Amino acid sequence: MASGPLVLEAGVEPGADPGGPPRRRALPQLVRHPLGAVGLGLLAAVVCFCFLGPVLYHSNQLRVDLFATNLPPGTGHPLGTDENGFDILGRLMAGGRSALEVGFGVAAAATAFGAAWGAVSGLLGGVADAVMMRVVDALIAVPAVFLLVFLATAFRPTTGVLIVALSALSWAGPARLVRAETLSLRSRQFVEAAVTSGARKGWIVRRHLLPNTLDTILVNATFQVADAIVVVAALSFLGFGLPPPAVSWGGMLSQGSSYLLDGYWWEVYPVLGLLVLTVLAVNFVGEALRDTLDVRQRRA
Amino acid sequence: MTGYVVRRLCQSLVVLVGVTLVVFVLEHLIPGSLARAILGPRASPASIKAFETANGLDHPVVVQYAVFLGHLLEGNLGRSYRLNQSVDSLVAHQLPNDVLLVGTALVLALAIALPLGVAQALRRGKAFDHGATGVVFALYSTPSYCLGLLLVAGLAVAVRAFPPEAPQSAGLSGVLHDPRALVLPVLTLTLVNVALFSRYMRSAAVATLAEDFVTVARAKGSGGLGLVWRHVLRNSLAAVATLVGLSLPAVLTSGLVVEYLFNYPGVGLTYFTAASSSDYPVMLGITVLVGAATVLGSLLADVSYAVLDPRVRYG
Repeated sequence: MASGPLVLEAGVEPGADPGGPPRRRALPQLVRHPLGAVGLGLLAAVVCFCFLGPVLYHSNQLRVDLFATNLPPGTGHPLGTDENGFDILGRLMAGGRSALEVGFGVAAAATAFGAAWGAVSGLLGGVADAVMMRVVDALIAVPAVFLLVFLATAFRPTTGVLIVALSALSWAGPARLVRAETLSLRSRQFVEAAVTSGARKGWIVRRHLLPNTLDTILVNATFQVADAIVVVAALSFLGFGLPPPAVSWGGMLSQGSSYLLDGYWWEVYPVLGLLVLTVLAVNFVGEALRDTLDVRQRRA
Repeated sequence: MTGYVVRRLCQSLVVLVGVTLVVFVLEHLIPGSLARAILGPRASPASIKAFETANGLDHPVVVQYAVFLGHLLEGNLGRSYRLNQSVDSLVAHQLPNDVLLVGTALVLALAIALPLGVAQALRRGKAFDHGATGVVFALYSTPSYCLGLLLVAGLAVAVRAFPPEAPQSAGLSGVLHDPRALVLPVLTLTLVNVALFSRYMRSAAVATLAEDFVTVARAKGSGGLGLVWRHVLRNSLAAVATLVGLSLPAVLTSGLVVEYLFNYPGVGLTYFTAASSSDYPVMLGITVLVGAATVLGSLLADVSYAVLDPRVRYG
């Protein structure tokens, strides 16, 4: 909404008090926040499941076994097998690994680049700001999934390619947020006071702008993790995700859904549940962070 | 205010050119070349050369971009080499179906989300508010394809109430002829949009309820539905306009997924089919169209915001 009319809002200046930013107390507060505790707990469980699980639970995910296709849950296969005879439990772990890698990778890369872009744009102002923000507008105008599907047909996706492509398409949100924050911070009294007392630009960025936008950035980055996981799973669901033998939750869901009428519930609901649970956990953490950091922001 | 609208219009034009630039760059990012991608790996150099001459691909990039822009200005979105049909005619055939699906879902979503948000704001902090927030949050965290699958599993497989597939006729009249098959796709998209809108509606209504004029109206004895209608709803309308305009990318993305999931004959499904057969011109043409729709949406959002809320300063 940066290009639209601005509704000015009088608010508190969270980082202005000399007692230090509330962020230092953020983690204990986050754990004490009911949503934060539940979200962090769930997220930790999912991470352990996906990354530690394969260490404890070995399963074949490479060799197609046509004598063990679509087996219901039972001994040997706690969650059954899919149409190729792959063990579903092991597949959930493998798919989760790439989902989490992409989710956190995209959030980190897109946030870092977008924040830098937005801060520079807001600080420079004038023509440079206008040009940089029109780039952001153009990028936001085309929904990421459409461009991702296009890129996936033209290039062979790997986890790395997915992270780069999705980051390249999702840094516009944080860029807008950070620019807006920079603009409003630039005219706050504590920044003006610093300028008056002769502070250098680098000092102002480090001491005042960055710490005060970090809360906003952090909350947004959390939601970006969830968004990236959803988008990448959508891509695999549409059939344009990581090619085999790579495993993805979206691909599992798409494959399993063709057996919905046959009643092979174990090929649909575990992966669906795990995907929703992961997104829910990340969103819980985001909400709790927004609460504890007192960020007034709606999701981009 | 006219100045603001004109300035905003110019901005949108610049952004639109940016969108075409993104699409043009993408077209040239295709590994090898467009000709190779369309004619296949075994095409002879001679036929590649012939294709490039026929389609102006042998000109300098700048000239190619100018030609591309010129075509777009004439309303020519490109030509599908697979279907030997213009992208315009493809889209023109499907667009009414999309307007039906997305439009119905949008209207229904607003009809649910608006009253829900206001009701939550009125009972802020009560059990009803918490319950609704929880449901919406769960809905929000459920990707559209998961929600659609759950609805199919529940309402088409377990209880055979509705068909699991959208109407399969190509034209709008054919689609309307089979209203029962429309229920699940529309329901899925509606719920996705309700999740998108109602949280925002709630906070907009909470903000309006805290305004001085609401306190005054209450002090003068106004309350109940009169207060909601005259003061809360009307003053939250600006927020709704912005919301609908700005959520267009998200709505169109869910539309793509829902059309794929239910095999709904719309532009999204055409995009998906084109992607499956590497029909790049169709994909790029539709991408330009989606980009244009989004730009128009946010332009209308900003302008209507300025019109509906006289307190807005045109910065």
